[in-house]
Amino acid sequence: MADASSSSHGDLILTRLTKTFGDFTAVDDLSLTIPQGSFFALLGPSGCGKTTTLRMIAGLEEPTVGSIFIGETDITTKKPYQRPVNTVFQNYALFPHLSIFENVAFGLRRRGVKDVKEQVEKVLALVELPHFADRKPTQLSGGQQQRIALARAIVNRPALLLLDEPLGALDLKLRRQMQIELKWIQTEVGLTFVHVTHDQEEAMTMADTIAVMNEGKIEQMGSPADLYESPATAFVANFLGQSNLIRGVVSSTDGDSNVITVHGQKISLLKSRNQSQTTSVVVGIRPEKIRIDLPDVPTTGNALAGGIVSDVSFVGVSTQYVVEMPWKQDLMVFEQNDGGTPTLRSGDPVSLSWNVPFTFGLDGSQDVNAGAETDEIE
Amino acid sequence: MSQAPIPTLPFGRRVSRWFGRNLIRIYAVFGFTYLFIPVIYTFGFSFNDAGKSNLTWRGFTLNNWKNPCGAPDVCSALGNSIKIGLLATVTATILGTLIAFALGRHRFRGRSATNLLIFLPMATPEVVLGASLLAMFLAFRINPGFWPTVIAHVMFCISFVVVTVKARIASLDPRLEQAAMDLYANERETFRRVTLPLVMPGIAGAALLAFSLSFDDFIITNFNSGTLVTFPKFVYVSAARGIPAQANVIGSSMFFLALIIVIAGQLVNRKKVR
Repeated sequence: MADASSSSHGDLILTRLTKTFGDFTAVDDLSLTIPQGSFFALLGPSGCGKTTTLRMIAGLEEPTVGSIFIGETDITTKKPYQRPVNTVFQNYALFPHLSIFENVAFGLRRRGVKDVKEQVEKVLALVELPHFADRKPTQLSGGQQQRIALARAIVNRPALLLLDEPLGALDLKLRRQMQIELKWIQTEVGLTFVHVTHDQEEAMTMADTIAVMNEGKIEQMGSPADLYESPATAFVANFLGQSNLIRGVVSSTDGDSNVITVHGQKISLLKSRNQSQTTSVVVGIRPEKIRIDLPDVPTTGNALAGGIVSDVSFVGVSTQYVVEMPWKQDLMVFEQNDGGTPTLRSGDPVSLSWNVPFTFGLDGSQDVNAGAETDEIE
Repeated sequence: MSQAPIPTLPFGRRVSRWFGRNLIRIYAVFGFTYLFIPVIYTFGFSFNDAGKSNLTWRGFTLNNWKNPCGAPDVCSALGNSIKIGLLATVTATILGTLIAFALGRHRFRGRSATNLLIFLPMATPEVVLGASLLAMFLAFRINPGFWPTVIAHVMFCISFVVVTVKARIASLDPRLEQAAMDLYANERETFRRVTLPLVMPGIAGAALLAFSLSFDDFIITNFNSGTLVTFPKFVYVSAARGIPAQANVIGSSMFFLALIIVIAGQLVNRKKVR
C-alpha cells in the first residue's frame, strides 16, 4: 500500500481554483489548505460549487484556472487514475457486474498489489460486512452499499478520500448511525477526508473543520463551534442553524462594549464580537440563547420588550416560539422543556432577554435573510 | 366483535364479478392462442405422413424428424441461410456496436444527422431496398450470389444493432466509468473491465436479433442471391409444388432452439442476481 501514499504525504493545497461552465462561474478563485489527517467538510446549498470543487480534486473536472497540490506534488493536470485520491460517490457507483470482493479489490488489482485477499478481508471487517464478499451489489441494502463504497475507496489508502454527499440516499436514522461510524473509521485509518454536504448537521457532527461555500466562494472556515457561535456573515448565521438577525445602529460606546440602538431599544454588543466597520450593524442572537418571560419579570443582560407570541410549537426537547416584535419582525426562541419557564400561549405579551456575550454583530450592508431558506432544498 | 353472516350476492352479480376479476386472464388466453395456433399447426404437420404435398393430414409418422434432410435440397438451403446469417451477424454486430459507441459517447458534427439516418433503412420498404441493391450490384458489375447477399444483410442488420446497443449505452451510469478511473483503471482498462461487460447484454441481444432478421429475410435475399437458394427461398419456391414436411421439421426446430436460448438466458440472469 505504500506505493499510493508514500509519494504524496502532505496537505491538500488549492490555489486560486476557478471553474467556469460557459457564462456560469461554479467555483470562483478558491484558495484553501486542508491539513493532512483532518476531517474537512465543504458545506453549502446545492449549486454553490462544492461538488465541482470535489470533482476537480478527483480529476473528473479540469480547473479553468488554478492549481491543486498534494504536499509537494502538482496534480492539477493528472488523470484521475494517476492521483492518490479516491472518491465515495453520491450513489455509491458500485460495479453491478462484479461481486463485493471484486468491487473492493478493483483498485488493488489495477495497482498490482500482491496480498489482495488479505487486504480486502481486512477492510470488509473494518466496515463490519465480512461475510458479504461473494454477493452482488444489488443484493445489499443502501446502508450496506454505502459501506462497501467506503471500503472500496479506503482499501487503497489514498492520501485523500473524497466523500460526495455519501449519506444523502439513506434515511435519517441510518444517516445518524453512519455519521458516527464514518468519523470513527476516519480516526481509525488516519486518512484525510474531504466531505461535501448540504446538510449542516452532518457537517457539524463529523468534521474538524468546515468551510461554508456560497456562490463559488468560501464564506467562512473554522471549527463547527466557531462557525456556530461566531458566524462572520448573515449567510453563515442562517445556513448553519437558525439565527435572529436584527438591524441596528451603533449609538455609543461603553467600555469594551458598543451600545446598539435597535428600533428604539438599546442593547450591548462586545466590541470584540462586532465585525461591522461602520455604525450600521446587523445584531445576531441564536434562538436557544434567548429567555422568554412575561413583561413584568425582571431581566438581566440584553433585553427587548414589546413582543407578542404569535406561534408556539412543542417539539419534545424544546418549545419553539415565534415572537412578533413591535417593528413587525418575527424572532425565533427555543426554550428547553425543563420546567424553568411557564408555557406561554399565542397572543401573550412577552419580553426577550439574553446574556450580552451571546450577541454577535455583522456588517450592516448584508441581506439578513441570506441563506435562510436554502437549507430546505433537497 | 361477532362475525356477521356474509350476505350472498345474487347469481347475476356473482357472475359479473367473476368476469370483472378474470377478464385480463381471458384476454391473455385468447391472445396467446392467436399467437401460437400457427406454431402449433406447423409443429403438428411436421408429423404428417405427407408424401408430395403437406396441405392435408394423411396420418402420423416420425420419418420426417428421423430424416430432416430427406427432401431434396432442403439442407443445403438451410446451410446457406446459416452461413449468411452468421457472417452477417458478426459483421453487423461489430460495426453496429462501434457506431453505437460513437453516437452514444461522443459529440461530433453531424451526430444528430447520423442518428436520424441510422433509422432510414428500418423505415424503407424491403422491396425497394432489395431492388435498389440489385441495381447497385449490377452497376458495379457484381453478379448476384452469396457475397452480395451477405453485404445486403449486413446493411439492414446494422441499424437494428445500433439502436439496441445504443439504448444499453444510454442506460449506463457514467459514474461507474468515473469510479473505475478513480480506482486507478486507465481508459483502456476501464473500457475492458467496466464499460464492455456492462454493455455486453445489449450486444448479445443485438446479435440474436441480427441473426434472426438475416435468417428470416426473403425479399432482399430474393433480389440479390441469384441462383443461390436460402431456406426462406426454398420454402417459397416449393410452395408452388407442395412444401415438404421437412420444412416444418426445420421450422419447429428453429422455434424450439430460440425458446431454449431465451429460457437459458433467463436462468443465467436469475443465477447472477441470486
